[in-house]
Amino acid sequence: MTSLPQNPSKVKLGLVIDLDICVGCHACAVNCKEWNTSGKMAPLTDMDPYGAKPDGVWFNRVHTYEAVDEAAGTSRTVHFPRSCLHCDDAPCVTVCPTGASYKREEDGIVLINTDICIGCKLCSWACPYGAREYDEDEGVMKKCTLCVDKIYNENLPPESRVPACVSTCPTGARSFGDLGDPNSDVSKLVAARDGYALMPEQGTRPVNRYLPPRPKKVGDEMAPRLLDHHDDSADGAGLLARWVDKVLSA
Amino acid sequence: MHPAKSVIYFTTASGAGYGLMVWLAVMGAFGFIPADRTFGIVGFGLAFFLIISGLLSSTGHLGRPERAWRALSQWRSSWLSREGVAAILTFGPTGIYALSWVVQGQNGGPVGMIGLAGGGMSLITVYFTSMIYASLKAIPAWSNRWTSLGYLSMALMSGALIMLALQAGFGLGHMAVMIKASVALLALAGVLKLAYWRALQSDPARSTAESATGLGQFGNVHMIESPHGEDNYLLKEMGYKIARKHANKLRRIALVTGFILPMAMVAAIMVLGLPYVVVLSFLALISAGVGLVVERWLFFAEAKHVVTLYYGNRNV
Repeated sequence: MTSLPQNPSKVKLGLVIDLDICVGCHACAVNCKEWNTSGKMAPLTDMDPYGAKPDGVWFNRVHTYEAVDEAAGTSRTVHFPRSCLHCDDAPCVTVCPTGASYKREEDGIVLINTDICIGCKLCSWACPYGAREYDEDEGVMKKCTLCVDKIYNENLPPESRVPACVSTCPTGARSFGDLGDPNSDVSKLVAARDGYALMPEQGTRPVNRYLPPRPKKVGDEMAPRLLDHHDDSADGAGLLARWVDKVLSA
Repeated sequence: MHPAKSVIYFTTASGAGYGLMVWLAVMGAFGFIPADRTFGIVGFGLAFFLIISGLLSSTGHLGRPERAWRALSQWRSSWLSREGVAAILTFGPTGIYALSWVVQGQNGGPVGMIGLAGGGMSLITVYFTSMIYASLKAIPAWSNRWTSLGYLSMALMSGALIMLALQAGFGLGHMAVMIKASVALLALAGVLKLAYWRALQSDPARSTAESATGLGQFGNVHMIESPHGEDNYLLKEMGYKIARKHANKLRRIALVTGFILPMAMVAAIMVLGLPYVVVLSFLALISAGVGLVVERWLFFAEAKHVVTLYYGNRNV
């Protein structure tokens, strides 16, 4: 049923992405592709992969933006990973005519049953965030599963039971947890860093949160522009060095 | 948005088919046209052909057309599903009305009531079609009240022009009623389309590159590096740009051929008299057909999706 869950659990699994830390290395996107191309929504088909115009299904895309404040004469360069936000009011779910698109009652993960998807693409039109991509080869839609086949997998060591994008991030810019629980680590992180939702005006109530870049340190704490080091005296040097210094200084 | 040919044909053809169904019902039920058998076969044949070929064409853009039947299951939440259910239910009364007209030679009285019910359900189906687009908040050019008004008025208008041409060809029924209805609907649909284009220009943007990234607190946001070198699905489907380059020219073409010329031709029938009704009503129909296809192409191609904010668009 593509109506949203009637009695959703309080658990809201999601990601917190720290834009202050992300260096834009694309490791999250690559490891996501690696895990999911053999996971629940496999395969993540590539069309023309070695040709002139390669195109394929990815659940994670890393953009780079510049925010320019002309008046203050400042700018920030921000690497910005974009993936499904597992919205509470997911418009991609309610538009689905077949029931293929659904939001899990127990943890809020938004998934697609690719066995009954007709590939009408309406869900990708409904999503403001570009989280859904069409698999041209299979004729169905694909999307981020929050690695549902990894986070509950008891064959993996407990520390590996996080989404592939989180476990691979070399800088620790991505956190995974229950954003429905105000006392969870991720919720505390969001509260401490003023984490925000993307495009709240679209009314989708996303679960994922982004942490803004920290303010730049300016003023007295600014690093010196040049190393100023002119120590001309030869005091304290060895006998030979002092003699050479004396000869050359003459 | 990418203007898929299958969806342009679906919305224009099935819209005209349902519009024709409405006018067959109204003219028959109120006794403006006799239940002539040949006229019935051609009229209902054309209406059903436009509706069914349109619906089949809409399955043409599916990745898995063999599973299309599943689309009837989610009518509680999905406008696309509701549209499919309404389209199938509408075949009930319209089918009975068509058979009564063609086989029994009846189109008034109780049969006329069934026909009017079918006409009403035809309009509901067109409304549901429009809501597929009007319900998508991520595409501000569609999620406004003009979308449904436009779809309904243009379905009635194109249906009226077909009805008028058929009546002219067969020399049957009250021509004056259809002439007046056609002129009024051409004017109404044209004005609604103008109001829609005006609203597109003046409505403030709902989302911006700043709200999409949340980085507005640091200044004006622009993309300096795309995640990928070639266009992906999102850019091919949602990032269509060609229309905006020629938008003003295409709008003029749609307005003149779709509404103004047909209105002038049908109005000319009133002045020149019935000897010219066949030529003028067919020319009006052809002109409106061309105009509506251009209008529908623009409806898709001009619409901007908020996801393009992540790819360099400033506001949508």
